[in-house]
Amino acid sequence: MPYAAVFAAFVVFPVGYGLWMARDPALYGELVAEPRYARTAINTLLYVGFGVNVMMFSALLLSGFFLRRQWWVRVLLAIFLLCWALPAVPAFISFHWMLIGEQGLVDSLLRELFGLQGPIWFNNSWLALGSNTIAYIWKWLPFWTLVFIAGRLAIPQEICEAAAIDGAVGVRLFLHVVFPLLANIYVVCTLLATLWTVGDYTTVLLVSMGAPARTSDVLATLGMHYAFDAAQPELGVAAVMSAVPVLVPLALILMRRLHLGEVQL
Amino acid sequence: MTVAVNDAGPTLATAAVRAPTERGRRARRLRRWKETGALGIAVLVLIWTLVPVYNIFMVSLESKGDVFTETIWPARPSLDSFWIVITQGYWYLEEFWHQFANSFYIGVGTVFFTLVIGSLASFAIGRMRVRYGWLLSNMALLTYVIPASFLAIPFYRIMQIYGLTNNLWSVIAAEVTFATPYAIFIFQQYGVSIPIELDEAARIDGASPFQVYWKIYLPLMAPALVAVGTYALLLAWNEYLYQFLLLSSKHSMSVPVALAQFLNSDEAPWNYMMATAIVYAIPPVAIYYVFRRRMSAGLTMGGVKG
Repeated sequence: MPYAAVFAAFVVFPVGYGLWMARDPALYGELVAEPRYARTAINTLLYVGFGVNVMMFSALLLSGFFLRRQWWVRVLLAIFLLCWALPAVPAFISFHWMLIGEQGLVDSLLRELFGLQGPIWFNNSWLALGSNTIAYIWKWLPFWTLVFIAGRLAIPQEICEAAAIDGAVGVRLFLHVVFPLLANIYVVCTLLATLWTVGDYTTVLLVSMGAPARTSDVLATLGMHYAFDAAQPELGVAAVMSAVPVLVPLALILMRRLHLGEVQL
Repeated sequence: MTVAVNDAGPTLATAAVRAPTERGRRARRLRRWKETGALGIAVLVLIWTLVPVYNIFMVSLESKGDVFTETIWPARPSLDSFWIVITQGYWYLEEFWHQFANSFYIGVGTVFFTLVIGSLASFAIGRMRVRYGWLLSNMALLTYVIPASFLAIPFYRIMQIYGLTNNLWSVIAAEVTFATPYAIFIFQQYGVSIPIELDEAARIDGASPFQVYWKIYLPLMAPALVAVGTYALLLAWNEYLYQFLLLSSKHSMSVPVALAQFLNSDEAPWNYMMATAIVYAIPPVAIYYVFRRRMSAGLTMGGVKG
């Protein structure tokens, strides 16, 4: 069982070590006393809540669009998947420069096309948080769209035909046939995406860089900041571990959903 | 008489046809609306996708390393920066091809071990039906309870204990750890669609479990292997945090870490950085387009049970 060995060496041991590092209850007192912590927790909640739900719902709708049979839709899908295939670091740095202020591409476009004066995105913590969320959705939307396209393709054609004979077409087909069949996949993918997004570090690090003054941080970047910039690794681990009590129920729901049976991605 | 019949004929026919044409016209109008809507969505998707990509290209074509141009097209576009990257003609890029090889090594290693470990585990759980197999697949998913970045600090400490810092294998171990649970999950789902009778027939013919795995299970799993392989490759190619923490010397660094180094300096030549990014992006894009067809087949995972 090679997996059991890998699991022991690289999951059980780090997790145990992490918990051991963050074992001291006093750390959490210190954490709550930090004014930055509360703000970061709220940021994480908004980032994950909006990011994941907007992303998954858009992916669901787009997957329907990309099933159209015209040739140009297929070409468009190939272009759309570029976001996923492009490495994250340059993509997020590109976002950073696009939004850097009046000299960035977005504000230049606003000025040239509409004569508008764009905001300085990273001077306002809400705009910065929004930018991070948009960049995150940009990067991962194609992956989930692909998963839902696969899910939709797996729905037997006869079901749709039978529904069409009964008069269910368009929106009604989607609401009463496609969506119920995809519901389980949708829930599972959303849970998985939530777990992945909570741990996202690269986006915030490179897009807003925590600006202004670390008010657009999420737990992952704050934890790293404590551990490596402030040389308080225990506090850093405690910061990220404080999210675990929220994540455990999500993972349990995920497992239950999978056990309920035929969830096929 | 004939004239009258001829007269009546067309009139009746038109009456019969008119109702459908009315409906037909409405349907056609609806279809035109839908087409327009689809085109609208297409334009939005195109803008959404291409603006950041365009920005990367624009900066890379700048002749000076300036991102603050206030224009939407460089005044004097040039390909110089690509030449600098390819010839490693800048201080940050001294070891570009070596770092590129490092990234490649990490990518290939991650794909290989994810596929081997993931397929062996799912074979053992799904096919050989080992006792407590379900426990293992659940435990695998538990890996995701604590997101990867949360484990980075303990992981960094542990790699120091194992003596693996600045070693590409430490990064491969980390990437494999986080890719395998998803791999096991997909393999198990896909494996359900392969009839177990095939295994039984082979076993009756005297095949050992390994032969069943190698000659029956793996070939039939090909689409899922391609899908998961692409996923693992893109994961390793995209990942930054672990590579940054675990690889710090210039020689052992991978390209994402080298790219992020540009951020440390105030007057970095951004055109070189973006050109590097484009060169780095070519392999995954190419690989993705080669495997695209098989990939969506692999992600279909046996179908939704209606």
